[in-house]
Amino acid sequence: MHKFLIRSFVSSLVLLFTLTVAAVAKDVKAAFVYIGPTGDHGWTYQHDVGRKAVEAAGFETTYVEGVPESADAERVLRQLANSGHDIIFTTSFGYMNPTNKVAKEFPNVKFEHATGYKREHPNVSTYAARFYEGRTILGTIAGTMTKSNVIGYVASFPIPEVIRGINSFTLAAQKVNPNIKTKIVWAFTWYDPGKEAEAAKALIDQGADVIAQHTDSTAIVQMAEKAGVYAFGQASDMDKFAPKAVLTSVENNWGPYYVDRVKAVANGTWNQKDTWHGIGDGMVVISGLDSQMPSDLQAKVKKLQADLASGKVHSFTGPIYDQKGNLMVAEGKTADDGMLAGMMTYVKGVEGDIPK
Amino acid sequence: MIIDINFIGLIIASIMASAVPLILASCGELITERSGVLNLGVEGMMIIGAISGFALMTVTGSLIIAIFGAMLAGVLISTIFAFLTQTLITNHVATGLALTIFGIGISAMIGKNFVGIPGKEFPVLFQGLKDTIPLLGPILFGHSIVFYFAFALPFITSYFLKKTKIGLIVRAVGDSPESASNQGINVRLVRYACILYGGAMSGLAGAYLSMIYTPQWIENMTGGRGWIALALVVFSTWNPIKILIGAMIFGGLTIIQFHMQAIGVRIPVQFLTALPYIVTIIVLVVISRDSRKIRLSTPSSLGKSFHKDN
Repeated sequence: MHKFLIRSFVSSLVLLFTLTVAAVAKDVKAAFVYIGPTGDHGWTYQHDVGRKAVEAAGFETTYVEGVPESADAERVLRQLANSGHDIIFTTSFGYMNPTNKVAKEFPNVKFEHATGYKREHPNVSTYAARFYEGRTILGTIAGTMTKSNVIGYVASFPIPEVIRGINSFTLAAQKVNPNIKTKIVWAFTWYDPGKEAEAAKALIDQGADVIAQHTDSTAIVQMAEKAGVYAFGQASDMDKFAPKAVLTSVENNWGPYYVDRVKAVANGTWNQKDTWHGIGDGMVVISGLDSQMPSDLQAKVKKLQADLASGKVHSFTGPIYDQKGNLMVAEGKTADDGMLAGMMTYVKGVEGDIPK
Repeated sequence: MIIDINFIGLIIASIMASAVPLILASCGELITERSGVLNLGVEGMMIIGAISGFALMTVTGSLIIAIFGAMLAGVLISTIFAFLTQTLITNHVATGLALTIFGIGISAMIGKNFVGIPGKEFPVLFQGLKDTIPLLGPILFGHSIVFYFAFALPFITSYFLKKTKIGLIVRAVGDSPESASNQGINVRLVRYACILYGGAMSGLAGAYLSMIYTPQWIENMTGGRGWIALALVVFSTWNPIKILIGAMIFGGLTIIQFHMQAIGVRIPVQFLTALPYIVTIIVLVVISRDSRKIRLSTPSSLGKSFHKDN
C-alpha cells in the first residue's frame, strides 16, 4: 500500500512535470495592439494577416483593435501583460511612450513596437519596413509609363514616412524620365474612400495619367480604373479591385517577422533588436507586374528589385539636392538611416511645400 | 493646365456625385425632424445601409435586391429608434447617439467577411449622350439612377411638405403634437412613419457610397458624412432646396480644394481642408437669416417627447 502510494505520487509528479514542460514550450501567447479596425484593408489589416501567420504557426494570439494613442493604450497594454501574454506587438507610431512605460513594469514580457525608435528597456524591440524601396520601383514604373508626364500622388499626413516615400518615388521617376512632374494632393486622412476618390479624380482631371497613393483604401485604384489611367496598390495587392489600372502593388508583409519573434520567445532566444527590413528580407513585397508593362520595363524592374534586395542599389544615392538646391546626399554616398528616419524636406523636383 | 469647357463640366459632375449621399440623408432627416423627432443616428443608419447594400450585392449578385435591402436595413434600425423614443418615450438625443454607436459597431461585425472584396459595376444611364453636348453632357448624362433620384428628391420633398395633405399633417405633428392629437391625428403613427422614412433614405445614402461611389466595404467608410447631413438640415433651416445648395457647396469645396492643391495654389493645406465646413455654414446662415422664416420653418416641438395623456 505504502509502495503503491509512493509510486503513484512519483508517477503523477513525473506526469505533472511533463505536462508543465509541454505547456511551457507550447504556451507562448502573443498579443497585438492595433490603431485601426482590422477591416480597413490597409495598415491594420496587413498586421492582422501577420497575426494569423503566428496563429498558423501554432501559437495562441489575441488582438485589441481601435486602441487610441493615449492613456488608453497604457491601460490596454497593462491588461494584456497582466493576462499572461509573453510578447506584445504595438503596431502604431503613437504607442511608443506607452510601450516603454509599461515595459518597465513588466520586465518578463517582451514588447515589440512598430515604426518607433525608443528602446528604453531591455525587453523592448522596434521594427519597421523600408517601404521607400517599394516606392523606388513604383517611381521607375510611373516615369516610364506616363504619357502626359504628369504623375498624381495622393498623400495622407506630412510625416517622415510619407515624405520619404514621395522623395524616393520622385527620384526614381526622374531618373528614367527627367520631364515628369509630380503633383501632390494631401487628403489629411489615412482612409476615407470618398475623399481619396475625390482627390484622385481631381488629379486625373488635371491631366495625371499615373496615380500613386499613400493612403489606405482601394478607392483610388478604382477611380483610376474608371478613368482609364494607371495606379499602384498600397499595403496589399489591389489588383482585383482594378485589374486594368493597377500595374503592381507594394505589400506590407509582417508575418515572417512576427512568427520569427514569437518563436524566439518560445525558444528563449529573444533579444532586443532594432529591425528595419526592406525588399531583401521580404518585409516589403512587390506584387506581380501587370502585362501592360513592356517587357524591357518588366526586366528593368525585376533587376532593380534584385539590386535593392542585395543592397547594390540604394533608393537614396547621391547626389541628392533639396528643393532649394542644397546638397542633401553627396555623390557616391547614400542617405543613412538617421537621415531617412527624420526626413522632412522634399528633394529637388517635387513641387509645392510640405504642409506645416 | 488647360481650362476648357468640358473640364468644368467634369468638375461639376464630380461635385454633384459627391453631394448625392448628403442630399439623400439630409432630405430623409428633414422629414423626420419636421415631424418633431431629432434623430442623431444618421451616421449609424448610413453605415448600416452601406454594409447591407454591399453584403447583399456580394451574396445575391442582384443590385436591385441590394439597393432595396439597404433601404430596408435603414428602416429596421430606425425602427429600434422609433420604438425607444415613441413607445418607451426615451430621450431623442441620447437614443440617436446610441444608434450611431450601435450602427458603427454592428456594421463592422457584419463587414468582417466583406473586407477586400471588389464591388460590382453599377449601371449608368444615358452614357451614350455624354459627349453630345459640351459642358452639359457630362453633367446631365452617364449617372446612376440613384444620382437622378437624389437631385429630384429636394423638389419632391418641398412639394410634399407644402402642397400635400400628408405633408401638412407631418408639419402639424412637428409644430404642435397636442393640437394635432386633438384633431384626431395619431401623432405616434405619423412620427413612426417619418422616422422609418428617414432610415430608408439614410440607408440609401450609405448604399450609394458602398455600391456606386466607391464600390467596396471598409469599416467606418461613411467618414462622418451622416453628421454633415445632420448639420445641413439645421443650417438650411429645414428647407430642402437649401439642403441641395448646401450639399453642392460642401461637395464642391472639397473637390475644388484638391484641384487648388494640385495646381499648386500657395494656401495652407489645412485651411483648404477646413474650407468646405466653414463656407457651407457661412453661406447657409447668410441665405437663411430671415428670422421670421426661421421661426416658421423650425419644427417647434423638435426633440421633445410627446405623451398622449398630457
